Amino acid sequence: MAERTVVFEIKRQASPDAPSVWERFELPWRPGMNVISAMMEIAGNPVTCEGHCTTPVAYDSNCLEEICGSCAMRINGKARMACSSLVDNLEQPIRVEPLSKFPLVRDLQVDRSVLFENLKKVKAWVPIDGTYDLGSGPRLTPQEQEANYPLSNCISCTCCMEVCPQFNVETGFVGAATIAQVKLFNNHPTGKVFKEERLRALSGDGGIQECGYAQNCVQACPKQLPLTSAISDVGREVVVQKVKDWLKS
Amino acid sequence: MATRKIIVVGGGLAGLSAVIKIAEAGGTVDLFSIVPVKRSHSVCAQGGINAAKNLKGEGDTTAQHFDDTIYGGDFLANQTPVKAMCEAAPAIIDLLDRMGVPFNRTPEGLLDFRRFGGTLYHRTAFAGATTGQQLLYALDEQVRRFEAEGKVNKFEGWEFLSAILDGKGVARGIVAMNLRTMEVRAFPADAIILATGGIGALFGKSTNSVVCTGSAQSAVFQQGALYANGEFIQVHPTSIPGEDKLRLMSESARGEGGRVWVPRTPGDKRPVRSIPEAERFYFLEEWYPKYGNLVPRDVATRAIHKVVYQLGLGIDGQPMVYLDLTHIDHQTLDRKLGGILEIYEKFVGVDPHVEPMKIFPGMHYTMGGLWVDFDQMTNLPGVFAAGECEYQYHGANRLGANSLVSCIYGGFQAGPNALRYAKDLPVAEGDGGAAAEVARQSEINKKLLSNEGGENPFKLWRELGQTMTEHVTVTRYNKGLQAADEKIVELLDRYQRINLSDKSQWANTSFAFARQLKNMLELARTVTLGAMLRDESRGAHYKPDFPDRNDERFLKTTKASFTGAVEGPRIEFEAVDTQFIPPRPRRYDAAS
Repeated sequence: MAERTVVFEIKRQASPDAPSVWERFELPWRPGMNVISAMMEIAGNPVTCEGHCTTPVAYDSNCLEEICGSCAMRINGKARMACSSLVDNLEQPIRVEPLSKFPLVRDLQVDRSVLFENLKKVKAWVPIDGTYDLGSGPRLTPQEQEANYPLSNCISCTCCMEVCPQFNVETGFVGAATIAQVKLFNNHPTGKVFKEERLRALSGDGGIQECGYAQNCVQACPKQLPLTSAISDVGREVVVQKVKDWLKS
Repeated sequence: MATRKIIVVGGGLAGLSAVIKIAEAGGTVDLFSIVPVKRSHSVCAQGGINAAKNLKGEGDTTAQHFDDTIYGGDFLANQTPVKAMCEAAPAIIDLLDRMGVPFNRTPEGLLDFRRFGGTLYHRTAFAGATTGQQLLYALDEQVRRFEAEGKVNKFEGWEFLSAILDGKGVARGIVAMNLRTMEVRAFPADAIILATGGIGALFGKSTNSVVCTGSAQSAVFQQGALYANGEFIQVHPTSIPGEDKLRLMSESARGEGGRVWVPRTPGDKRPVRSIPEAERFYFLEEWYPKYGNLVPRDVATRAIHKVVYQLGLGIDGQPMVYLDLTHIDHQTLDRKLGGILEIYEKFVGVDPHVEPMKIFPGMHYTMGGLWVDFDQMTNLPGVFAAGECEYQYHGANRLGANSLVSCIYGGFQAGPNALRYAKDLPVAEGDGGAAAEVARQSEINKKLLSNEGGENPFKLWRELGQTMTEHVTVTRYNKGLQAADEKIVELLDRYQRINLSDKSQWANTSFAFARQLKNMLELARTVTLGAMLRDESRGAHYKPDFPDRNDERFLKTTKASFTGAVEGPRIEFEAVDTQFIPPRPRRYDAAS
């Protein structure tokens, strides 16, 4: 009986300036196999279908249980996490490419630091006075916790930015992930001290007005963040803030 | 005098905690991490964080937390630092709460607490079943704030290679490698804090993240740092076996009422839900009536091994048992355990709300680590350690939900202590040894890249993992440990003939991995030889040939030092501080 196999086509690029090439790999099928375990298998024997010796594929990964946000890539054209992409659920050949909206580093590695910079711009933190013992935090109802927790589940994978038609160099749009964090911290009893600043940070070019309501983000999010409702809520508050600022000026 | 600079290596809970304390005290910090710190392994912690807040009217106290921790660790932990940690824990929870961690709440708006292993109290605060993620994010956000204020410089995508030690053996900085440009560079500092996490990769597949190789702690071990209690490896009773890793299924599943069982009939072919209650063997509840499913991890893991390997009762004859949540209502499960149920469903394709999960023990945590004094400093002056990479808080077995508190507490100690140490440090002579250390590391790189041979690092790693998992996890025999050590020595020899298929100098991940592999091999010997010398059973270390704890000979900390000789590390023993709680037999099966 012929051994069951899985065929991968992986887009390779040795460096940001190098040309890209597709390489094809055929691997023995195993139950529960995912895109990451395939990549590990290739690393142990980096030979293409044509028998050409190549290098192990460069990719970002860490937790392998869809919580660290590292291994986002395009798999069969869709932005998703490689660890939770089970081979049995994918059509073959499985085509794997890097995210397209971020500077390429090598193979499937891209530089997504823009998201962390955006989080700095909107002051995505609760400004505590200090780490010394000041007693317990503010009381919150279970309903408030249940509203905030999903927003706090963002794993910074940037899938929402990858699939957004408005996220590109021309618009400079911050993207859905950052907007959801603005909602999270503006909701917090202490975090809301920066509410106005956060809304202003989202009001200019590249801010929330760039959103075209394509709603791709909410579909691509592997953690089911309520991204579109966050965008509409924050959007409304940005407008209110603009009016307030205009009346004051 | 110039501003004192501290380098923190590792951006998980321990590292970030240290950074926050240093920045707050006005020090400057360079923070090094292989991955963006928000992606550190702490993100994987699920169930919660322990603190005796006593919000459930049970009369819980920090003294009880201290006793549970010492008893759970089979009296191997030095008691002074554990006591201090347990006393500090309630204020740490308050602080995290103030930082905005979305902890689950009671109807009155207070923090909710749940049960966890090794205690009879509701002592574990939690944010759904993704508590580590939420804690890490809260600290990451505070560090981002300091970064925006210019008090912290992040070096993400840099891997620690070694400490820079001057002629007197005093730390003067680190050598790190840029994982894109592969540049090897010296970074001077007045003190360094390693917060580099666990060593799961030594075992091939574990619940740990990819970066948990123990490479950094092994590097300083090879530079003279002592490594303590390396043989104490926690195998978590409930993980989901996978092709690429073992995914953790949190102890909180049992904390919320999950029950572990197997069919009483070997190889029972009936659909799982049709097996009547009377024909289910709830072995933890039967064997340990007081703690039931919430016995400490080492106890639960050995029980599962016994059921599978001795009684032959694994599901379908496979090494698997059921973890059953189906009797708990859907909404409660989603509110308290949503994150882990989603993981199970995504990776296994079965809904744990309606069908019991199939789980098996998997390597999870190292109780052992770099030896540190009560100020978190290793024996190398100026090299501090905090978090899983050091040995101090968990003795022979860690209780669930104690790791998050030990990481944060350890970081909170290490940061200010490093700063205090650095203030009195005389200025380095010359470059403090930086150039020489960069040259040494560059030479290692050059050799690795020019090697001619037939060995593939990933294949060597796989062999290491198989050997370690087979001989150095749940059940240990001296013969097996001997075989494991011989295998590691063989792998170290074959390592000399690694031929990298990628010799490029840009984002060369297999090259970085090959460097880590050497350190993994050296550390694996330490773990294995420590286990070989400890002829007793204590906590997670279990030898059927020596089934009892032997306080007379082994109520001692194992301290290993690197020799570079074929015989392996030298091991000595140090007395344990037991001044507060006299050692007593550890019996979770006893009725009272």
